Amino acid sequence: MLKVVVVGNGMVGHHYVEQLVASEIEAHITVIGGETRPAYDRVHLSEVFSGRTPEDLAMTTRDHYRELGVEAHFGDFVASIDRDNKIVTTESGKQYAYDKLVLATGSYPFVPPVKGNDLEPCLVYRTIDDLGMIQAQAKDRKIGVVVGGGLLGLECANAVKNLGLETHVVEFAPGLMGVQLDNGGSAMLRRKIEALGVQVHTSKATQVIEENSDGDTRLVMQFADGGSLATDMIVFSAGIRPYDQLARDCGLTVGERGGIEVDYHCKTSDSDIFAIGECALFGGRIFGLVAPGYRMAEAAVSQLGNDSVAFQGADMSTKLKLLGVDVGSIGDAHGKEEGSVAYTFSDERIDVYKRLIVSADGKKLLGAVLVGDCSDYDTLLQYFLNGIDLPADPQTLILPYNAGEAPALGAAALPATATICSCHNVSKGDIVSAMDAGFCSLAEVKAETAASTGCGGCTALLKNIVDDEMAARGLEVNTAMCEHFNFTRQEMFHVIKVESIKSFEELIEKHGTGRGCDICKPTAGSILASLWNDYVLEDKHVGLQDTNDTFLANMQKNGTYSVVPRIPGGEITPDKLIVLGQVAKKYQLYTKITGAQRVDLFGARVQHLPAIWEELIEAGFETGHAYGKALRTVKSCVGSTWCRYGVQDSVAMALYVENRYKGLRSPHKFKSAVSGCTRECAEAQSKDFGIIATENGWNLFVCGNGGMKPRHADLFATDLDDETLIKYIDRFLMFYVRTADRLQRTSVWMDNLEGGLEYLQKVVIEDSLGIGAELEDQMNNIVDTYQCEWKTTIENPEKLKRFRQFVNSEAEDREIIFVEERGQPRPATEEERQQILAKSA
Amino acid sequence: MSNTQQAIEPQTITLCGLSDLIPNSGICAEVDGQQIALFYLPSETPQVYAIGNWDPIGKAHVLSRGMVGDIGGKLVVASPLYKQHFDLLTGECLENDQVSVSAFSVSLVDDQVLLSL
Repeated sequence: MLKVVVVGNGMVGHHYVEQLVASEIEAHITVIGGETRPAYDRVHLSEVFSGRTPEDLAMTTRDHYRELGVEAHFGDFVASIDRDNKIVTTESGKQYAYDKLVLATGSYPFVPPVKGNDLEPCLVYRTIDDLGMIQAQAKDRKIGVVVGGGLLGLECANAVKNLGLETHVVEFAPGLMGVQLDNGGSAMLRRKIEALGVQVHTSKATQVIEENSDGDTRLVMQFADGGSLATDMIVFSAGIRPYDQLARDCGLTVGERGGIEVDYHCKTSDSDIFAIGECALFGGRIFGLVAPGYRMAEAAVSQLGNDSVAFQGADMSTKLKLLGVDVGSIGDAHGKEEGSVAYTFSDERIDVYKRLIVSADGKKLLGAVLVGDCSDYDTLLQYFLNGIDLPADPQTLILPYNAGEAPALGAAALPATATICSCHNVSKGDIVSAMDAGFCSLAEVKAETAASTGCGGCTALLKNIVDDEMAARGLEVNTAMCEHFNFTRQEMFHVIKVESIKSFEELIEKHGTGRGCDICKPTAGSILASLWNDYVLEDKHVGLQDTNDTFLANMQKNGTYSVVPRIPGGEITPDKLIVLGQVAKKYQLYTKITGAQRVDLFGARVQHLPAIWEELIEAGFETGHAYGKALRTVKSCVGSTWCRYGVQDSVAMALYVENRYKGLRSPHKFKSAVSGCTRECAEAQSKDFGIIATENGWNLFVCGNGGMKPRHADLFATDLDDETLIKYIDRFLMFYVRTADRLQRTSVWMDNLEGGLEYLQKVVIEDSLGIGAELEDQMNNIVDTYQCEWKTTIENPEKLKRFRQFVNSEAEDREIIFVEERGQPRPATEEERQQILAKSA
Repeated sequence: MSNTQQAIEPQTITLCGLSDLIPNSGICAEVDGQQIALFYLPSETPQVYAIGNWDPIGKAHVLSRGMVGDIGGKLVVASPLYKQHFDLLTGECLENDQVSVSAFSVSLVDDQVLLSL
């Protein structure tokens, strides 16, 4: 088999492995990574100081590689390449033979040759290990300096700021991000960053770094202009240099200023050796972004098979958030092309700067700069990449909307080759093909093509294309819930709320046809409960509830029920534990501790449910709503009360949150968890909303999911105090209850929200829709009118009628048969049941 | 013809009173070891319906605890286990024509639910 050795396991090296495994090419792959960790997301490195863990950034694991049949070695650098014998040797002396060698060695941080740059508190920012050192040096210190005001420098400044240090950025050039921004954009960025408390020093050439003999700080930087700056730590993040030493040593051609020269196929001067990513030099350029690196990896993989893909350079347009500021740069940002014309819009009131560079004839977009507002980026990028003719007045593309409607770029205007999702390289043609193959809804297109599942920046554009294609096919999305209502759940919610409808009969008479069914009835029941919070077994609501809601228990496969008392936060007294055991014994129930940190009791006959609950309520239990589309448990770790590492009382918070939201009816079940520190023992990031303690308060995560389609929750807001945390959760949950579709968990709901996480943050944090107070009021009303449904039920003899096995006898269902297994009852299999029934007859 | 009619003079049994029924929902009665699901739909004609309680797909006595409604104009109950719909008048399963449950003749006389055998 073809032996492929991949040197380097950064994002690009990993992408190469993934692509090769997914291809039809038969190869034995060996990965040699210098870092001790498998590939991780370097782009989001600074998030490690704002709630993410190194594990969150991981793109793969050793186990995953093992499953793929990839041989992987980490923490060992390749020391030399023997091209004649086709063998690489590592620093530890191990040797690997190759047929094809792939160099994905990446780059290293450039450290300016300044005297003193090797002092202890002088660091670089490139790897997770670097972050560990930065954190160690920052401990109990006050000031941090980042040398470098480019893209990487500002990312690094974000990390230093997140550590709580007074942050300075020192840049040699006169402006920030000189490569991507023009002077105006650069100035606006500076203004915004300074407003965030980061101090910017430009046109500063550092001459020497010295240890500070007096004063509180450890170092002093002396500048060429005579000035100086005292600091505790310096992090160099002033650009990268390709890691090409291996290639030099074995005689491959490298560029004058570094970088391993490659051709269209990413082949080096030795046709059995490829170079991809930031170590490669193509057309005299290093491509320091991840997307071009991925394209190189794909081109290199294709050379081993039959269809050869060429790398033809890449567009370096970029959109990102630096220190929370939106920055976008497209094409020729500086207007270098002869005869080009610029349009500039600047609003210092809201700190927004936009600039267009247009061809001499005014027809084509050559470049753009956006600072403070990137909402036009996607549209402008499409004009630029596809050479679409600009409207007659190009300035309307960047002017505020009230100054004249910007002409919308219709999806139909885009050619099939237009890249819609640059994260996953999905073109408009790919989307159209997926729809041709029958994947027509937005969610289906996303699942099929992976479009819009990366950064999510193309969500709106993707929706436009899907809608446009649907219309072109004469299709209409049928959003009707069932044959009785031509509504989505959201529409039904609005109708019930606006018209103050209080019963299903009223709803179907006014807005539906027929008598309803098991789809629309529970949906209406849930909405009525969310809005008016009546006891779910009120006579007029009984027929709307699924059997689980009607009998306030979950029906199991043999027609018996499970009983799930609420154990808030998973905290329970010994006395209550004993009661659970006694009740289970008395009614011969199977007991199991579930993932929700509670004890479920299985096998209860319908006629025993009231008696069981009477005993549980007597002992102080409440219903756990395991049967409802409602809050399940709020899982917690023991927190700062017991744990050596805990920084907040996670149990108390979990108890508060669970007691606040218990009983809230929603489009689907929802779960939560509270962890007392970043070790995250409660697994809050797999929950619909998760809370993780920080030294300063709480980080809130939203829209995670375990189960069939696991999804990591997104960081929503950081360092919240108790009050703000609850306010955000109130709004978040009520907005979900209002707008989600039937049986839509929060993760899918957010994926389908136009604007995704950012939109949700705007609605909840900034109250962009002006409904914050209303959402909170609605939640408070529900919290105030909470009742334990079981308590209400057993107090009402009329309601207990339902729990008779037979209306005309006191007998029990003799055909429900249990057998014993591991000392507990379980439902008999159909075969066992037949045998036992035959014997007794 | 007249002979046959005399031979099976229908036998009726009183199952329960009207107050035992739950509007727009079901309950269960037992006759000679056989379980019968009874549904009371006050705004329909007739108002009461009876089919076997055994769910032949889920294999448990549960149909009386299903949700009632209409599908394509037919009054149905949805199995609480796997959600197949059974016609309240005929016992037919809408999703699978190989499967059905028994249907019984019931009537409401003087606030009593009578089953004809």
